[in-house]
Amino acid sequence: MIELENVHHDYGDHKVLGGISLTLAEPRIAIVGANGSGKSTLARLLNGLLLPTSGRVRVDGLDTKKDGKAIRRKVGFVFQDPDIQIIMPTVAEDLDFGLKRHGLTRERRAAKVTAALLEHGLDQHRDHPAHLLSGGQKQLLAIAAVLITDPTHLVFDEPTTLLDLPNRHRVTRLITGLTQQVVLVTHDLDLAATADRVIVLDHGTVFADGPPARSIDAYVALHTA
Amino acid sequence: MLSLYHEARSPVHRSPAGAKLAVLLAVGTGLFFVRSIAALGAVLLVVALCYAVAKVPARVGLRQLRPVLPVLIAIVIAQLVLTGWVTAVLVGQRVLVLVALANLVTLTTRTSAMIDTVEAVLRPLRPLGVRPERVGLLVALTIRFVPVLKEQADQVRAAHRARGLRGTRFLTPLLIKTLRLADGLGSAIEARGGPD
Repeated sequence: MIELENVHHDYGDHKVLGGISLTLAEPRIAIVGANGSGKSTLARLLNGLLLPTSGRVRVDGLDTKKDGKAIRRKVGFVFQDPDIQIIMPTVAEDLDFGLKRHGLTRERRAAKVTAALLEHGLDQHRDHPAHLLSGGQKQLLAIAAVLITDPTHLVFDEPTTLLDLPNRHRVTRLITGLTQQVVLVTHDLDLAATADRVIVLDHGTVFADGPPARSIDAYVALHTA
Repeated sequence: MLSLYHEARSPVHRSPAGAKLAVLLAVGTGLFFVRSIAALGAVLLVVALCYAVAKVPARVGLRQLRPVLPVLIAIVIAQLVLTGWVTAVLVGQRVLVLVALANLVTLTTRTSAMIDTVEAVLRPLRPLGVRPERVGLLVALTIRFVPVLKEQADQVRAAHRARGLRGTRFLTPLLIKTLRLADGLGSAIEARGGPD
C-alpha cells in the first residue's frame, strides 16, 4: 500500500503539487491529467526519485525520505522514453543490470535473463545493441528490465505515449496482466479505463477520484467546458 | 567498442576478457619496437588468422575497419610527405594491426565481461577513493549512448535543414537535448538501483 500524507512539491518558486493526501491500495490505479498537472511529479514521489517538499510518502510503511533504497527495490519505475531507461548496450546486459545489485549468483542471474527474454519475445535479440530495437521492443525491454527484479509495486509514467497502435495494444496487454500493484500515469483514457480507480489531477490537486467511468467523465468535462 | 559483439563459438570468444585486453596491451606496446615491414606484415597475417579462428567473417572485420580508413590514409600520406615511404608503411601497418586487434577483442567479448574486467582491475584502488562500479557504469554508458547521441544529432540537424538553416546553430538545441537526456538517465540509474 502506498500512502501520501499532505504532500506538497515545489520546483523553486513553482508549486507543482499542493497538499495531496491519498491511500493507494487498489491493484490498479490510473492517474490522468493535462500536461503540467503534476502527474509525473506525483509518480516520481512514489518510489523516492523525488522527495516531497513537505508531507510524507510511505510505501508498505517505509518512508521515502528515510528508506529510499529499500523503496526503490519494492517499487519498479517505467519511464515514458525507454531510451533513457535502457542503460546497458545490449538487451541481455540491460536485463542483467538491475539483478547485479540483488546479490544473486551469476548462474541465477543468467537463468532469470533467459527466462525474461523468452517471456517477452526478445530471445532473438539477446546480444543485439539496444539502440537498434524498434520503439515497441525498447519499451518491452524497459518493462522487462524492471519486472526481472521482482518489484511488488510498479509505477508507469506514460508507457504507451510513444508507441504505435500494435505496440500500444501489446504493452497494454502486458500491463493489464501484471499481478503487482500498478500505478499508471497516462494520457491514454482507454488504458486508464482498465484500472480499478482513476485519479484526476488538475493544477497539482486531486480534481476527481473514483471508479474509472466517473473520473474519466469528470476529466473530459473539465477540459471540454 | 559500440556493442559490436559477434556471436560465435570459438576459443577466442571463450578466452577471458582480461586475457584478451592484456594481449591487446602487450601487442600494442610491442608493435613500436618492430621496425621491419616484413615482420609487421607477418603480425598482420597472424591477426587475420585470429579472425578466422574467432569465426568472424571477413566482411564483418572489414566493416569495422571502414570508419578508420580515412584517418589511416591521412596518417600514411602525412608520413609519406614528412618522413618517406618506409616509415609511412610501418606506421600504417602498426595502426592497422592495433585497430584490427582492438576490433577483434570487441567482436568476441561481451560488454558485460569487459566491464567486469575493468571493475576487477580497479578494485585494489578502492582505498584510494576509486569506485570501480562507477567506472564500469561509465564504460557501459559510453558504449550505449554514443549511437543515441549520434541519432539525436542527426534529428536536430534534419530539423534545422527542414527550416533552411545551415552551419553550427544546431549545436545549442543538441546540447539542451543531451542535458535533458543526462538528467533522465540519472533518474533511471537511480530508479534501477545503479551505483550511488
